[in-house]
Amino acid sequence: MVSIRPGPVTVGGVALDNHLLLAAGILGTTGSSLNRMLSLGAGGVVTKSIGPYPKDGHAGPCLAVLDDGILNAMGLPNPSKEFVDEVVPLIKKPVMVSIFGGNPAEFARVAGWFEGKAAGFELNLSCPHAEGYGAAIGTDPGLVEACTRAVSATGVPTWVKLTPNVADITGIGQAAERGGASAIVAINTVKAMRISTGLRRPVLGNRYGGLSGSAVFPIAVRCVYELYESCKIPIIGCGGVSSADNVIEMMMAGASAVEIGSAVLNNVKIFETIKSDLYKKDGLSPKEIIGCAHHG
Amino acid sequence: MDDSLSVPVTILRVRKETSLIRTFVFDRSFPFSPGQFVMVWVPGIDEIPMALSSENTITVQKAGDATTAMFALKAGDRLGIRGPFGNGFTKGEKVLAIAGGVGAAPLLPLARADCVMTLLLGAKTESELLFVDQLDECTDVLIATDDGSLGLSGFVTALMDDLNLGAYDRIAVCGPEMMMRAVLAKVEEKGIAHKTEFSLHRYMKCGSGICGSCCIDPSGLRVCRDGPVFSGDLLLKSEFGHYMRDASGRKKNL
Repeated sequence: MVSIRPGPVTVGGVALDNHLLLAAGILGTTGSSLNRMLSLGAGGVVTKSIGPYPKDGHAGPCLAVLDDGILNAMGLPNPSKEFVDEVVPLIKKPVMVSIFGGNPAEFARVAGWFEGKAAGFELNLSCPHAEGYGAAIGTDPGLVEACTRAVSATGVPTWVKLTPNVADITGIGQAAERGGASAIVAINTVKAMRISTGLRRPVLGNRYGGLSGSAVFPIAVRCVYELYESCKIPIIGCGGVSSADNVIEMMMAGASAVEIGSAVLNNVKIFETIKSDLYKKDGLSPKEIIGCAHHG
Repeated sequence: MDDSLSVPVTILRVRKETSLIRTFVFDRSFPFSPGQFVMVWVPGIDEIPMALSSENTITVQKAGDATTAMFALKAGDRLGIRGPFGNGFTKGEKVLAIAGGVGAAPLLPLARADCVMTLLLGAKTESELLFVDQLDECTDVLIATDDGSLGLSGFVTALMDDLNLGAYDRIAVCGPEMMMRAVLAKVEEKGIAHKTEFSLHRYMKCGSGICGSCCIDPSGLRVCRDGPVFSGDLLLKSEFGHYMRDASGRKKNL
């Protein structure tokens, strides 16, 4: 297996402890939970998405565990401005605050609360199951550009997380780039549904949800590969990564770092597990790996 | 990953335990350890965590939307069940169990596992005492009621004063959080917090250890996966007894 050399990592303006970040929406509701994941080996963490107003999220069930993935519809539950108190104790640690809003002004307002308290922002323009937010904005290149600009104007590193639920993800990536994004995160969950045959209704309270985990890994690799060919800013690969070999594959597609979410389900120490396989003193330089699948 | 979609169950019987508490008997059994819980899907309403009171029953107190909807259900109606989840109580040879209100639900199967020497049972009033007869069959039950209508008049913690706590190798506690905090203060004072376990209740969305809605401060441990049963020494300097978080993640003082 290919391994890489450990060393300092800076991606999209953010200094990380390693190439592996905790993905948004996973164990990111409290500062102490984020801190626990950093202490369990995450090179950086992304918070639960924070919006302009507190939200309770959808009625349950919010999650269904499948053979090779997870279907969820949380509905963007978040404490809004009170979340500032959660990240203040983590100042100077590699904490990306994920934010969402219904328009550029709301994105700017939420970002303003966290200026000076976060290593960077990740814009959630991609949640597939919250009406008026997320993918409702993230499928419109004009809105993506405007929301990105509203936050990148702060000068704080701004990553933009994209939805795969579009005909052409590269157009959305380029819109983020025009808006001043310092990196692209691809992908958010894939819109999906399961039905309980016993209860004759969709298994999620919200009916529709987003699919993550191993089932979406090939989709994520394809999106990262396409974005690498059409955008100049770095890409953070996200979607079904659960092993060191998956990390290498994402890097070969063009990812400079990866985010890990669903794999935490079976192993809360997944970061340590992957790190011990991924990094070797005599490994290759990440530069040799990133995007190498495009040169053949 | 294991496919673990909700399992549909049919309610065989609904048993009225007290004015506020009912037991729902399912047509399916779920092998579990005492203290483990399931995610109960009330179709069209919500999904909530609920301790198993036996391998085919849950015992529910009317509290929010989902439990209120459950109280309208009858034999033949269906629910979805995910789980069992969580760690459960550590087995001991000489266990003291302390139950307040509906907190007796997860302690009944522990008592039936034949390891509970003594069980302290408390409630506001005699008619709200849960599982008195069932517990009497399998362990030595001491009762306290807030209004003195049965047993000692006062909180269940007062019953602890007359016991030789050193005679027990484990203490298992479940009840309202302020009652559990009072127990924790007492066992800390006696230097036995480490052999005392508390079953926590927190708002949960996923029940599977990934969403983070039930994480406790300052450890960041997940009540649904690392708990719901935690050792007293871990809870001493924690949010336990002080605050919890609501569905949005905002702190709510107890």
